[in-house]
Amino acid sequence: MAQIQLRELRHSYVDQPAADSDWALKRLTIDWADGGAYALLGPSGCGKTTLLNVISGLLRPTGGQILFDGRDVTDASPEQRNIAQVFQFPVIYDTMTVYDNLAFPLRNRGVDAREVDRRVREVAEMLELDDMLRHRAAGLTADGKQKISLGRGLARSDVNVIMFDEPLTVIDPHLKWVLRSKLKELHQRIRVTMIYVTHDQTEALTFADQVVVMNDGEIVQTGTPVELFERPNHTFVGHFIGSPGMNVLPCEIAGGRATFAGLPVDSVNAGAYRGDGGRLELGVRPEFVSFAPAGADDGIPVRIVKALDAGRHRIVETEHADHKIKLLVPEGEAIPGDTAHVRLAPERTWVYRDGWLVTGKGAAR
Amino acid sequence: MRARYWVPTLYIVFLLLPIYWLLNMSFKTTNEILGGFSLWPHEFTLENYRVIFTDATWYNGYIASIQYVALNTVLSVAAALPAAYAFSRYRFLGDKHLFFWLLTNRMAPPAVFALPFYQLYSAVGLFDTPFAVALAHTLFNIPLAVWILEGFMSGVPKELDETAYVDGYSFWGFFIRIFIPTIAAGIGVACFFCFMFSWVELLLAKTLTAVDAKPIAALMTKTASTSGYQLGLLAAAGSLTLIPGAVVIYFVRNYIAKGFALGRV
Amino acid sequence: MNKTVNQRAWWFVLPVVLLVAFNAVIPLMTVVNYSVQESFGSNMFFWSGVRWFEEVLRSERFHASLLRQLAFTAAILAIEVPLGLAIALAMPRRGPWVSVCLVLMALPLLIPWNVVGAMWNIMALPTIGLLSETLHALGFDYNYTREPGAAWFTVILMDVWHWTSLVVLLCYAGLVSIPDAYYQAAKIDGARPWAVFRYIQLPKLRYVLTIAILLRFMDSFMIYTEVVVLTGGGPGTATTFLSIDLVKTALGQFDLGPAAAMSLVYFLIILLMSWLFYTLMMRNQSR
Repeated sequence: MAQIQLRELRHSYVDQPAADSDWALKRLTIDWADGGAYALLGPSGCGKTTLLNVISGLLRPTGGQILFDGRDVTDASPEQRNIAQVFQFPVIYDTMTVYDNLAFPLRNRGVDAREVDRRVREVAEMLELDDMLRHRAAGLTADGKQKISLGRGLARSDVNVIMFDEPLTVIDPHLKWVLRSKLKELHQRIRVTMIYVTHDQTEALTFADQVVVMNDGEIVQTGTPVELFERPNHTFVGHFIGSPGMNVLPCEIAGGRATFAGLPVDSVNAGAYRGDGGRLELGVRPEFVSFAPAGADDGIPVRIVKALDAGRHRIVETEHADHKIKLLVPEGEAIPGDTAHVRLAPERTWVYRDGWLVTGKGAAR
Repeated sequence: MRARYWVPTLYIVFLLLPIYWLLNMSFKTTNEILGGFSLWPHEFTLENYRVIFTDATWYNGYIASIQYVALNTVLSVAAALPAAYAFSRYRFLGDKHLFFWLLTNRMAPPAVFALPFYQLYSAVGLFDTPFAVALAHTLFNIPLAVWILEGFMSGVPKELDETAYVDGYSFWGFFIRIFIPTIAAGIGVACFFCFMFSWVELLLAKTLTAVDAKPIAALMTKTASTSGYQLGLLAAAGSLTLIPGAVVIYFVRNYIAKGFALGRV
Repeated sequence: MNKTVNQRAWWFVLPVVLLVAFNAVIPLMTVVNYSVQESFGSNMFFWSGVRWFEEVLRSERFHASLLRQLAFTAAILAIEVPLGLAIALAMPRRGPWVSVCLVLMALPLLIPWNVVGAMWNIMALPTIGLLSETLHALGFDYNYTREPGAAWFTVILMDVWHWTSLVVLLCYAGLVSIPDAYYQAAKIDGARPWAVFRYIQLPKLRYVLTIAILLRFMDSFMIYTEVVVLTGGGPGTATTFLSIDLVKTALGQFDLGPAAAMSLVYFLIILLMSWLFYTLMMRNQSR
């Protein structure tokens, strides 16, 4: 087990990267604490898998350093790094039994037979594979095969990190949940650093203690699920996490106060803006928008476009001067007729400059 | 890492040596050939090629070959298309036996069929026409084409057919306008193999022709036997038979590996 | 894929059935017909029962050809399959050289078979052939028209030259279809190159290898044109394989009855052995 540090890591698949878009990873610096459960979340093509392969040693980064417990492993092979990886599609050795599959990485490292047997049985018990040890691995179902892939990583007692590359892609929906809780349980039991790559926010938020959101080769925010929800560092995080995503409205700031379409809006951080230009936006999640009581005329006047029933609440889409504002209305609460006023919760309304959260230190990056 | 590349390199050199030697001979004069061993033509000549291109018996051989190969390819693939569709989509009485019986014909040695074919095609009056050879070669090319195409078609989800019917296509409208373009790669691979096996087979082609439809490659044997040992001419004729194959490979170069993988051969 | 039952599908296979029946059934009946009759002159036939079959099965000449055929097929399978596999494994997987390699390797497959024979004839000719002169220079006493050993060497070398590429192409196609994740997992598991070959590549190549062995078996059992052009079946009968023997019997001596009986026995051997190969090689996979 190890602490993993990435220093100024960059990677390009192009020989002579010139344009910004040539970089699959753009100068990442991040620390992964020993024993943490991390999710790496982002849309397809954002560089998640590249980052994973760089950490595991399958790809050599174009620039930067990777440190395991302070030791530079940038040039080390996957085997030397002693990591485990579970791929999107189950990788098993077809001709071997489940037992031999689990024993394979140990035997390759010359572990003696009794120790191999002990470890294999222990892992099989953890993964509930014990009654299939003698079966041919090729005959198992997709979730069984993914368990074997994972088991090959767990069998080695000393892995530094276990990485998952969208491991539930081929698993039936009703089994996804079972496997995910199994993973969570395993993590609590063995406390190995785990990095879980996914584009599914539910998977990320339920599995991880810390979620790392990536977009376009950059890390846009690292934080707990609650932080990502309540204080998105970038409008992208606001959009990507939450359903529906955050409302983003253009705004102006004068005298430390934001105005949207001429209407003053209270926010947490408008005062931090230093008047240095840039595209200014207000971000507020639909959860923190509410209708003003009938008769009240504070807030933003809106026209109601449509309402969508989403179980325990309804998603109401409203419009002010062509700008859409969505809000969540709890079940049983009335929705006004044609027009109404909406209020944005001031303690959950943020100002963004060029997409990034405005903080006292200038741009958040 | 790169050290292992010497294996394919050596193999390719081995493959090219006889081809080089054939080309080498084709540019030599008869005197030089009979004069002894030389690694390259000292008296470079195009005389052998001139003979072939000016003598009708020679170049007609090429035309005959191309005719029956093209005819056979079209015939085999056209007949195999609906059959492969039936095998990939439907179950019907005796389907498995039929499929197996078709494949057994790929295992039939041409030598077994040479004499009966001679009698059969003489009886129906097709002897010494490109049709005889084209039809005879369907014996092994149709099973092959059905096999390859069935493999490709089974890879196309059945939902495609159903969607087309829902969209109001008739069966043949769907088959020609949607299905065939979908498996175009498979048809290409099937054509390639039909071309290949029809082009290289000679036992039947020779047996079923006399003068008019004699394939080029068979003419070479004649040269060797009747007009003495004209090695230069033989080599030139042989070199020219490499061209159609090389052209076809060049066109399908990017599909060779894929075709082998997706199809079944 | 679950298929629907549809008897009208017979209309789809009808053209194929008619064409192949015309080409296979009628000639095969002719052969069967001859095989049970005795011919005098050209138009007189008498029923002879299974006499020709007994004769063929007892004939030493047939035994000798069959033995030669088996030895030849075993030899080329033993050389071409491992060699083809090794070359496919050593080939680059991507990059500009892949196309070049594949095109050059496919070339021998598209050369008419008698041209293949002629090429090797020119290679092996005394005093002017590259092969014979190289061997002489190395101190070998090489003459393929006189010595059976030299003739066998040349015929096998020709077949290796002609057909190894088929095995290479099949194996190569099988190799490139293995997803990268398998190699990555093997790296992470610390597998040595041998283990990668044994537990990843070989199992994934099983199907294409089966096809390769079947095709090479069938085609080598039918070999005719190349060998006739190169050695004419000689010296003596040293390289007279089954097809050559058959044609010699049928056309050379006009013994239609024995030739027909031999044809059927020959065809049945190929069918039986192909079926055996296929079931043996595929059996483990389904388990």
